[in-house]
Amino acid sequence: MAILVIAEHDNTALKGATLNTITAAQQIGGDIHLLVAGFNCQPAADAAAKVAGVSKVLQVDNAAYEHQLAENLAKLVLELGRDYSHILAPATTTGKNFMPRVAALLDVAQISDITAVEAADSFQRPIYAGNAIATVKSLDAIKVITVRGTAFEAAEQNGSADISSVDAAEDLAISQFISEEMAKSDRPELTAAKVIISGGRGMGNGENFAMLEQVADKLGAAVGASRAAVDAGFVPNDMQVGQTGKIVAPELYIAVGISGAIQHLAGMKDSKVIVAINKDEEAPIFSVADYGLVADLFDVMPELQQKL
Amino acid sequence: MKILVAVKRVIDYNAKVRVKTDNTDVDLSNTKMAINPFCEIAVEEAVRLKEAGTASEIIAVSVGPKACQEQIRAALALGADRGIQIETEDSPESLNVAKLLAKIVEAEQPELIIMGKQAIDSDNNQTGQMLAALSGMPQATFASEVSIEDGKAQVTREVDGGLQTVAINLPAVVTTDLRLNEPRYAALPNIMKAKRKPLDVKTPADLGVELKQHTQLLKVTEPAERSAGILVSSVDELIEKLKNEAKVI
Ligand SMILES: Cc1cc2nc3c(=O)[nH]c(=O)nc-3n(C[C@H](O)[C@H](O)[C@H](O)COP(=O)(O)OP(=O)(O)OC[C@H]3O[C@@H](n4cnc5c(N)ncnc54)[C@H](O)[C@@H]3O)c2cc1C
Ligand SMILES: Nc1ncnc2c1ncn2[C@@H]1O[C@H](COP(=O)(O)O)[C@@H](O)[C@H]1O
Repeated sequence: MAILVIAEHDNTALKGATLNTITAAQQIGGDIHLLVAGFNCQPAADAAAKVAGVSKVLQVDNAAYEHQLAENLAKLVLELGRDYSHILAPATTTGKNFMPRVAALLDVAQISDITAVEAADSFQRPIYAGNAIATVKSLDAIKVITVRGTAFEAAEQNGSADISSVDAAEDLAISQFISEEMAKSDRPELTAAKVIISGGRGMGNGENFAMLEQVADKLGAAVGASRAAVDAGFVPNDMQVGQTGKIVAPELYIAVGISGAIQHLAGMKDSKVIVAINKDEEAPIFSVADYGLVADLFDVMPELQQKL
Repeated sequence: MKILVAVKRVIDYNAKVRVKTDNTDVDLSNTKMAINPFCEIAVEEAVRLKEAGTASEIIAVSVGPKACQEQIRAALALGADRGIQIETEDSPESLNVAKLLAKIVEAEQPELIIMGKQAIDSDNNQTGQMLAALSGMPQATFASEVSIEDGKAQVTREVDGGLQTVAINLPAVVTTDLRLNEPRYAALPNIMKAKRKPLDVKTPADLGVELKQHTQLLKVTEPAERSAGILVSSVDELIEKLKNEAKVI
């Protein structure tokens, strides 16, 4: 039994979620091969070779894979993946984009967003915004799986796998990358941060998020948001935490002016310690918070920033 | 241009989910059901393309038991022109849904297929991508902006790091994200009109698709409960607790 894991990277570095996915693969058990498909992606392949538990890195270097377009990448994984028992990728927007194509082309199901491995063919995954946990058994010969990063530890990076270069490129030329607008921030990435402070509709506007940023700077935290704050245009979409945004599980999550709708809780309730700051003592966020402070955030935030 | 939208009947996003006491599944009896919110956004986008003169016809398809005709009617009330129900048992697997939809796509030859990025019951986030692959089409998932020009769709996508824009050849599959549009409410006269719009019913056999079981649901359990903690009375107390009790700062 061998497992093919598809690395997520930007051609120079591996994305952290790849390391969590390797851990899930290790729990399934078997030889682990890590595919790095990209363009001028030698640095990413070198990083992949250092991931503990990986026995071989497959590197495919071609312009067709520069932006991980789903159509091209799925075709490649289909060709390379037929002899594996499992194909895994992180449940990030990249993994969610191409993996179902791989599954469909192999005529197998995709088991999305697993949070635990029960056996080589059985997995747990949250459904209904995390309000129920399903244990699902795959009846397919090849199991196509996306992995929720926060549910698995990151693999160590002290390995030394061989890199073999594979020549298998094809540009289907039916889709084309035009541009991207990536958020630039010196703060840690939301899904990897140890501390997160998130703001909701209660923040009132985008400028007020500066109060959260100042506290974040003191705590080395990432800044997140509720859907309402994103929809209102306070902050960009990549900050949304929740069922249909990012799933996070930091050591400390501070929710400021967020009511705690189930769709928001779905994205953060596995955090170790939750703090809620809200002026409405009835807000559902208090039912999951370890420490609640019923107060006006416009009084609390400046004080918190000053006293930390 | 003909547009196909796929709409799924799911639990209303405000309704409480209950797990059956025998842990075989969730209990949806007497639960409020609705059109999946992302599908509603898909219908709205199609209707806007029709209002803009880009689209000429909108077909709403749902796969499931007879009850999902309600959601097709909801789509018709929002502005879809006709509906197709593909009769199956409750919650068919995504791959089977994609195979059935692929047959409709083959027969109807739409230039654009708009679907939700995710059904809020299964949280699968896969059917649109599967349909695109089976139909040999490109895809643009998690769309927050769509424009159609010269046989292509230019789509801005909500990705983890920010926004990405791609151009895809038509026909193609687009899946919706939350910021694509804000769906309208159906006006009463349109709800009445929707009752008279055509709604075809087909079976998997009619479409020549044999449904296969790829997964087995072993059990469904409640998630680990978080117990509510304590209320603190001041910022000082909060900082003290985080430092000395929780030891997270
Ligand atoms: C299909 C679908 C998907 C969704 N996905 C997500 C998702 O991924 N993530 C997500 O977050 N939501 C999601 N939602 C939305 C969710 O249902 C809620 O609408 C949203 O989370 C509410 O955001 P909020 O708590 O910021 O706003 P509100 O519910 O309006 O809460 C604002 C809170 O701020 C408090 N407040 C106001 N002023 C102050 C003040 N001065 N000081 C202190 N407190 C104050 C209020 O008491 C209130 O509790 C989704 C919804 C749907 C239908
Ligand atoms: N039974 C179904 N009937 C119609 N459309 C569906 C069905 N299941 C999934 N879809 C479509 O696929 C999207 C994504 O669903 P999923 O992959 O299950 O998360 C939904 O928003 C619908 O557009």
